Amino acid sequence: MELTRRQVIQAGAGAAVVSPPVISQLGFDLTAAKNVKLTLRIEGATVSHSICPYCAVGCAILAYTKKENDGKVKLLQIEGDPDSPVNEGRLCPKGATALQLAVSRRRVESPMYREPGAAEWKKVSWDFALDKLARNIKASRDRTFVTADADANVVNRCEGIAFAGGAAFSSEEGYLATKLMRGLGLVFLEQQARV
Amino acid sequence: MTNHWRDIRHADMLLINGANPAEAHPVGFQWMMKAKVERGAKIVHADPRFTRTSAVADKYIRIRTGTDVAYFGGFINYVLQNNLYHKEYVEFATNAALVVKDTYSFNDGMFNGFDPQRKVYDTASWAYEVGPDGFAVQDINHPRSVLNLLRQHYSRYTPEMVSRITGVPSDQYLEVAKMVGEMGRPDKVMSIIYAVGLTHHTTGVQLIRSGALLQLLLGNMGRPGGGMNAERGHANIQGNTDHAISWDILPGYMRVPAPGQKSIDDYVARSAPKKLHANSLNFFGTNYRKFLVSLLKGWYGDNATATNDYAFSYLPKPASDSSWLSIFDAALRGKMEGIMLSGMTATSIGPDSNQVLQALSNLKWLCVMDSYTTTSSEFWHAPGIDPAKVQTEVLMLPATHWIEKDGSFTNSGRWAQWKEAVLPPDGESRHDHWILAETFMRVRDLYKSEGGKFPQPVMQLMMDYKDARKPELDEIAQEINGKDLVSGQRHSTFAALKDDGTTTAGDWIYTGHYPASGNLAKRRDGVQDPAKNDPTGMGFYPNWGWSWPLNRRVLYNRASADRAGKPWDPKRPGIQWDGAKWAGDVPDYPPTANPADPASPLPFIMTGEGTGRLFSNGVADGPFPEHYEPVESPVANPLHPNVSTTPVAFHYDERAGRSNRYGTAAEFPYVATSYRLTEHEHYVTQHVDQLVQLQPEAFVEVPFELAQEKGIKTGDAVRVSSKRGKLEVRAVVTKRLGPLMIDNKKVYQIGIPIHWGFVGINSGQHWLANALTPFVGDASARTPEFKAFLVNIEKL
Repeated sequence: MELTRRQVIQAGAGAAVVSPPVISQLGFDLTAAKNVKLTLRIEGATVSHSICPYCAVGCAILAYTKKENDGKVKLLQIEGDPDSPVNEGRLCPKGATALQLAVSRRRVESPMYREPGAAEWKKVSWDFALDKLARNIKASRDRTFVTADADANVVNRCEGIAFAGGAAFSSEEGYLATKLMRGLGLVFLEQQARV
Repeated sequence: MTNHWRDIRHADMLLINGANPAEAHPVGFQWMMKAKVERGAKIVHADPRFTRTSAVADKYIRIRTGTDVAYFGGFINYVLQNNLYHKEYVEFATNAALVVKDTYSFNDGMFNGFDPQRKVYDTASWAYEVGPDGFAVQDINHPRSVLNLLRQHYSRYTPEMVSRITGVPSDQYLEVAKMVGEMGRPDKVMSIIYAVGLTHHTTGVQLIRSGALLQLLLGNMGRPGGGMNAERGHANIQGNTDHAISWDILPGYMRVPAPGQKSIDDYVARSAPKKLHANSLNFFGTNYRKFLVSLLKGWYGDNATATNDYAFSYLPKPASDSSWLSIFDAALRGKMEGIMLSGMTATSIGPDSNQVLQALSNLKWLCVMDSYTTTSSEFWHAPGIDPAKVQTEVLMLPATHWIEKDGSFTNSGRWAQWKEAVLPPDGESRHDHWILAETFMRVRDLYKSEGGKFPQPVMQLMMDYKDARKPELDEIAQEINGKDLVSGQRHSTFAALKDDGTTTAGDWIYTGHYPASGNLAKRRDGVQDPAKNDPTGMGFYPNWGWSWPLNRRVLYNRASADRAGKPWDPKRPGIQWDGAKWAGDVPDYPPTANPADPASPLPFIMTGEGTGRLFSNGVADGPFPEHYEPVESPVANPLHPNVSTTPVAFHYDERAGRSNRYGTAAEFPYVATSYRLTEHEHYVTQHVDQLVQLQPEAFVEVPFELAQEKGIKTGDAVRVSSKRGKLEVRAVVTKRLGPLMIDNKKVYQIGIPIHWGFVGINSGQHWLANALTPFVGDASARTPEFKAFLVNIEKL
């Protein structure tokens, strides 16, 4: 495994175990406390690199994860990446709480469907949801596709479907969205630059 | 941004308006503070509110929202009148000397070329005189030279007139004008910093252009510490604009083809910039066809051939504007059947949220892909809506969030930074790109089994990923970069692209980010070793991520040096001629073009003129920016009261025959504007506990004097209403807002944070700020006027 700069620093700090005791200004020996804190952060954690999901400053972040005994990956901590020429380790209140955006009881758990006129959501399978979406797209495309306009220009456009989105898409997802939507013939395409 | 975040520290002055970086981009703001603290840069902040940005500014200018054309225009006039512009730069790097056709006119608020029936200008009527050589005529002393027309146009923007429009006292304005004028010296440089406070107006495009004109006159474009720097508000708006999730462009800022363009040649002839000067490189115009053919080869592969004009007919050609407002207008007119929303909530975004709710109710179907519920996924049971009456079928598909997938984000400074997948997908959630790919493949299957309208593009679109239903973002990154179809090698530069069908490039401006050696957006050679990673010492950090185009960190950087290739300020070089090549940043110029050669290209290689444009027909509402009042305004335009608002704004309701939804100052006497708070980002943060704890409740900010008049105290419940809707929230009474004298009339401005709605942890706060905002768009970009509208306020 490649050691990050942070791990090297932490490894160096860990070596304090054999160094003379760390004495605080009030005279307490803090060695034990320091070691506990450092151990908790490091032990078994993997460091991954990401970018803050909020505004477009593009702060680099470090995400610490750990595989739990049940095999689930737990996100322990998100902090600014000190190596970044953009943020040099700093984060604002939003970036600093990004962990709560990533891991939340409020995430939508499964696909949901609301029938016309219904007062409630119905939990549905992915297969049902994607089949429904594909059929809706095809039906609307077939109903609203214009091959030639009134002046007999070839226009090959679908006028009845719009796609909007993606300020938190990865660029590659955004590109795929453009390609697929243009492939379907959509002209109503939008994201958040304007709004 | 023409420059990038870290670069801002090189500025001598920061002119910030339409932005509040200390609160909305706090970490980016550190570079402005570095400029101030380390090099004594002066910060001037013009804003309706005194914010935390104002608190550290050298000058705070209270300004009426939506009047920045006048604010910038007064500086343009001051700089020209007092000959403070950077003469050598202007003559070398702008179109100041080109002569405009004698049909040009501007009278009482109207430019030539207006079609009163269609309410649009014929932009082709704003053109240069053409000489016998086929290029634009040059004579800077000609009465109709761009420079002289510019002088004439802005001569009306005296400090007194600017004061009448903006509310800034003329003595205070002159103090700032003097500071701005200093920045025309070659050894000085200013950065203009703005955000949606400038774009969200019916004059939005011209507001930005005003700043760009000022920067060109001062010689500040292309230079470290200079430029026009838009602070974007979402993690990857930049990347997704570059990749053209936008009705009017194809990836890499090529125009979307229009009806009547029958072939690629026809499309290129009508879309690509034309060479207007013998020494113009016209790089974009010259290579447009190569970029388009390479895109079509990437999309349609072997089905794009010379014989079928590379499947050009498959590209959809829109009948008219198809942007955000047009989507909901089409739904209101019953022309839109279905909308897919991913990570965007129409209801909260608005404008005129009540009308947007009506639009969503008119759909046959709506599909929301998001990690959290939104005011759009839940619109059918929004407060005041009876679900039984909403016949829209709604799907909510749980999508993974940023941390569960890899891929790159491109920041405001155009730096593409790759991120790793940190966590596995939460619960049943799926990646957006897998949802989209799977849906597309299912539609393809349906066309295969059932047939239907013009299935060819759907059947033939290249989906040659390892798994067409689950493409990897790494595969897509390679597709965006493009390759040589003969050798199979990925390109290292867009200079390799051809128009004979032997190359691909999904987005030419990203070609070179993923060469044979690997994905350069993954690089992380940063401040851990400045001596090694920042060889010029200018903060370019060329091996941290990758910036488009070609890893160039400052756009237009040829203009950072004089004709001979010497930096205007040797202490802050962008690029410089070392006798054999251009050194420093990646040059925005042929890397070995000797400046001593009389045939060497002009500095702005992307324009037909070869220079920056002080006069341009690339915008729909005038070749020079002109101040027009917001559509809802408390005063008539002091410059030309008979043409008070822009004659070419698009009034959707009026055009569609719907009833008028604009208010008047008699009913709604106060100006309102909207903004973000540090602790929230649009609407998703209503799901984040700690942020909801920090900023739990909707409120409006009310100027102290107005609150006294109305008997409103902090904490009182108030009703803020516009012609379109209302909020009933608490008031925060503050001296950070105050009255302005606008054309001898006392005008108050009210501040409205945008973040709340009927979805989130604290869902009792169901008021939508954008219920107040008007459904009207800028002539060029159709950007809604979120930032200036009229309201009334009452104590409850």
